[in-house]
Amino acid sequence: MKKTLLSLRELSKHFGDKTVLDALNLDILDGEFITLLGPSGCGKTTLLRLIAGFEHPDAGTITLDGTDLTQVPPEHRPLNTVFQHYALFPHMSVFDNVAYGLKMEKRPKDEIRQRVDEVLAMVQLQDFARRKPHQLSGGQQQRVAIARAVVKRPRLLLLDEPLSALDYKLRRTMQVELKRLQRELGITFVFVTHDQEEALSMSDRVVVLKGGLVQQLGTPREVYERPANLFTAGFVGETNLFPGRVLSQADDSISVDVLGFKRTLRRPGFKVQDGQPVHVLLRPEDIRVLDPDGDQGVAGKIVERNYKGSTLDSVIQLEDGTEVLASEFFDEDDPMFDYRLGEPVRVSWVDGWEWLLPEEAGEIADRELSADA
Amino acid sequence: MKTWLPRTYLTLVYILLYVPIVVLVVFSFNDARTGYDWGGLSLRWYEALFNNTAMVRAMWNSLWLALSAATVSTLIGALTALALHRYRFRGKRVLNGMLFVVMMSPEIVLAISLLALFLLVGLQLGYVSLLLAHVTFCLPFVVITVMARLSGFDESLPEAARDLGASDFIMTRTVLIPAIMPALLAGWLLGFTLSLDDVVVSTFVSGPSYEILPLRIYSMVRVGLKPEVNALGTLLLVFSLVMLMLSQWILIRSKR
Repeated sequence: MKKTLLSLRELSKHFGDKTVLDALNLDILDGEFITLLGPSGCGKTTLLRLIAGFEHPDAGTITLDGTDLTQVPPEHRPLNTVFQHYALFPHMSVFDNVAYGLKMEKRPKDEIRQRVDEVLAMVQLQDFARRKPHQLSGGQQQRVAIARAVVKRPRLLLLDEPLSALDYKLRRTMQVELKRLQRELGITFVFVTHDQEEALSMSDRVVVLKGGLVQQLGTPREVYERPANLFTAGFVGETNLFPGRVLSQADDSISVDVLGFKRTLRRPGFKVQDGQPVHVLLRPEDIRVLDPDGDQGVAGKIVERNYKGSTLDSVIQLEDGTEVLASEFFDEDDPMFDYRLGEPVRVSWVDGWEWLLPEEAGEIADRELSADA
Repeated sequence: MKTWLPRTYLTLVYILLYVPIVVLVVFSFNDARTGYDWGGLSLRWYEALFNNTAMVRAMWNSLWLALSAATVSTLIGALTALALHRYRFRGKRVLNGMLFVVMMSPEIVLAISLLALFLLVGLQLGYVSLLLAHVTFCLPFVVITVMARLSGFDESLPEAARDLGASDFIMTRTVLIPAIMPALLAGWLLGFTLSLDDVVVSTFVSGPSYEILPLRIYSMVRVGLKPEVNALGTLLLVFSLVMLMLSQWILIRSKR
């Protein structure tokens, strides 16, 4: 079990009468790669700025390894930031940019030179030390920004959407490079992104944020396969959501009426009662598209097909109008496998691959309101 | 495409702009006593200029005044611009608006009010009153130049410096000041030129103890201009050209 490095307790932040963070609690473990994931305005950047010390919380504490940092100014916090637009000092060379933090520590000249050379070699920029930032490409500027932050050997590195300004291909390369750096340096990374694919592929743990609250904290697999609520389910990856109703219960399974069929499903982690409405969640890759002549599953027709290279993504409209997303890998036996629009199919899934979520407070209120009216 | 029209037009504009200056330079080397006929090449007016001690003193006075006024207004102006940019405080908009009022108001109004103020507080008219007056009308130009530079400034740069361990003071010195350096330089030059050729305000607030060049020349006009003024004009022209090239050189160097 890793020990906690950074501990956030009851952290709140308001801008005017807008609540950005609402009594947030979070423990970041030593050496992990943790990602703050959420839509814009969810408070992830504010949270990062609070940790860095650029903003002050209205309430709550920030503790690093037992030391209270809440009132410590940014220059005295043993952590560094990689900014979204790099924030390289335009009038300084690459070398001076990277050396800046060490000069502030008043390190001897020899040591500065050696450490800067080392870290520039690590990001493969040793030949660019004399250049000014504007003479570098976006990816190179990005690497300078990382070098500048890690040369101080911080306990914690904060990264504020550092890859968002790069094009797709470069972003993939930098993702791999960042992971490698994190492994080599053993520094804890706190990474902010709104890109769920990036979050899943890079992180040890993902924090899903919305409205200044932690929606879910878990490994990428947990967040993707066992979302804690409807928001996480919808935000992380594509999702099919079917309304269901509990019919009866057994020891480790329950019987649910979904899409007009009775299915026996795994008992979920929350308490259920007979007759209770539930949501049945299925990822597009869990959907099985079957032959229309069979008797399994629900009948529908293909209304959209998207060739994605490695997968064939399709939208199937069921007879009651519900649209289902399906994503199928190409099969070696049938490389020409395809659908035509309007083709009748049947849709099903393997029992046990679904994920159940209870109805949420907002929905119940909505239903009662409409029932009253 | 007819290109002769814009060409002729441009040529005319440039002739109008530069002929007087060329005439001035040429006639500064004229041996004749009057400005109307050509008497051959000579440096006699330059000699006469340097023997005219009152004129030389006025020139040094003017240069010293322009130098100090530009420097003082750049210092105050830069700090004002930084304060207006970084902080929110009461009266910020009023302060901002008042700078424009100083810039927009007719010079004569500024001159009269400054004179009234100096007489009221009993300030001896001379170098100090001139300096205060010149700083007053140079200040808005510096503030606006620096503000313009700061408005395009990446706000994460100061944060990056703090994040890397710089105190607010060191951050200002190592990141903020270098970033606004071109604007400081431009503001300083603007102040220097404004101060050097100001007549209206200076007429009101200068005293007999400190005579400056524009006023000296103006007083000479009444008794008839001597060609040594041409020599003086040429020297000032060369001086401003050198200053301009110097500032361009510094700007280009700082970009590299």
